[in-house]
Amino acid sequence: MALKVQIPTPMREQAGGSAEVVVTGATVKAALDDLTRQHPALAAKLFDNGKLRPYINVFVNDEDIRYLDDLDTPVKDGEIVALIPAVAGG
Amino acid sequence: MPASKFATGLQCKVCGKLYPKSPINFCTDDFGPLEVVYDYAAIRPHVSRAIIESRPRNMWRYRELLPIDGAPTVGPQVGGTPLIRADRLAEAIGVDRLWIKNDAVNFPTLSFKDRVVSVALSKAREFGFKTVGCASTGNLANSVAANAAQAGLEAYVFVPSDLEKAKILGTSVFGAKVVGVTGTYDEVNRLCTQVAFKYNWGFVNINLRPFYAEGSKSMGFEIAEDLGWRFPKHVVCPMAGGSLIGKIHKSFEELYKVGLVAEAPQTKMYGAQAAGCNPITDCVKANRDRHKPVRKPNTICKSLAIGDPADGYFSAQLIKNSGGWAEDVTDDEIVENMLLLARTEGVFAETAGGVTLAVTRKLIEQGRIPRNEEIVICVTGNGLKTQDCVAEAVDRPALIKPALDAFDAIYAGTREPALV
Repeated sequence: MALKVQIPTPMREQAGGSAEVVVTGATVKAALDDLTRQHPALAAKLFDNGKLRPYINVFVNDEDIRYLDDLDTPVKDGEIVALIPAVAGG
Repeated sequence: MPASKFATGLQCKVCGKLYPKSPINFCTDDFGPLEVVYDYAAIRPHVSRAIIESRPRNMWRYRELLPIDGAPTVGPQVGGTPLIRADRLAEAIGVDRLWIKNDAVNFPTLSFKDRVVSVALSKAREFGFKTVGCASTGNLANSVAANAAQAGLEAYVFVPSDLEKAKILGTSVFGAKVVGVTGTYDEVNRLCTQVAFKYNWGFVNINLRPFYAEGSKSMGFEIAEDLGWRFPKHVVCPMAGGSLIGKIHKSFEELYKVGLVAEAPQTKMYGAQAAGCNPITDCVKANRDRHKPVRKPNTICKSLAIGDPADGYFSAQLIKNSGGWAEDVTDDEIVENMLLLARTEGVFAETAGGVTLAVTRKLIEQGRIPRNEEIVICVTGNGLKTQDCVAEAVDRPALIKPALDAFDAIYAGTREPALV
């Protein structure tokens, strides 16, 4: 069991082609920090001046982190963090 | 210059980065939404009021301002819906001049969504997609299913599983593969984004979204043309994802840019939502920079139940910048105003029409919309799809024997009729 971040197609180039990256961390923020440590090119995709970009949604086990504790949402092994572009629908 | 050159590409609304015309809906740098850009100077010599008026009365009479290459191949009869001078309704709500743009009778599936779908599926064909799809609160599902059937495309339609039966049936009947998802629309939307990436299908409101959304402009073009090539002072528009209100405003700007209307638009845009799902109106009223998403929408108006609207930010900005406002209304107000619209103008709108009229009245009562200036309200869908919502609010028919005295008795009010 490991904590995994799912990488959407348009970010995979910056993630060495991976669809999933195994990370460590006790919160979403820590998990994403570990992700960008492993794949530094992802940092500019995800963050703007240290803030998560408004058009990226982050889900933990299919639940939007904005309805949980945002970047402080706790995560553990076996869970899936998904990064999904937000501009859709309507 | 061929029409295919008028739409020059896509541009990120956040950073301005340009992209070629392709099935992509967000900027790869910051994931902001992409918007179709046009060469208005090139379009100008190709359009005139006379040219447009000489064409058949459907949305494609404005084809130079729609992002398709060549002729439309899907939905050639979409649009051209009535703009109704609503004098009886105006009197009922105490205003001088009121118009209803009635997309409840849009062809083929009785909602404004046929406008966006015909553009999206025309593009899907251009891009070579064989399978198309959508995430829908109902009207879009109907429209994708019907237009895909006409176009010979395979369709996968994803809807919240608690949708009105009529909207699910009105999708399945066209042979689309309907997938009911046990969740909110926003969860359906997220799933569809994942499906679109994995299967590389043409999702009209995901990877085809920039083109799709442009179709809504035709509603605004028609409003201006039917008013005699001029703009109304006030437009009230329902908001789900927040796209339509922006596209109607964009349509007015474009008519001015290409010289079809001489004076720049000064229309104030007003947004309408249900109280049980009001992220955009809340954003305007609380003067927030960005909307707070609604986790569990709770309203009879399912067609507007999008808790995390993709164009929430831009629609709220537009409303404020245009000098308009936004309001939300309760389910009881929605039903009451569906009946008012039906009983004054003979227009049976779906729940979203009740939302729009109720909000219009609220804004008039608040003094935000003046009573003596011209108002257009947008009715985007048909009441036949949301009958359950008004079933309890209307009288059941009287039941009598086929005898004259039985009717006489009812008419005279001397006997309570038996009820069906």
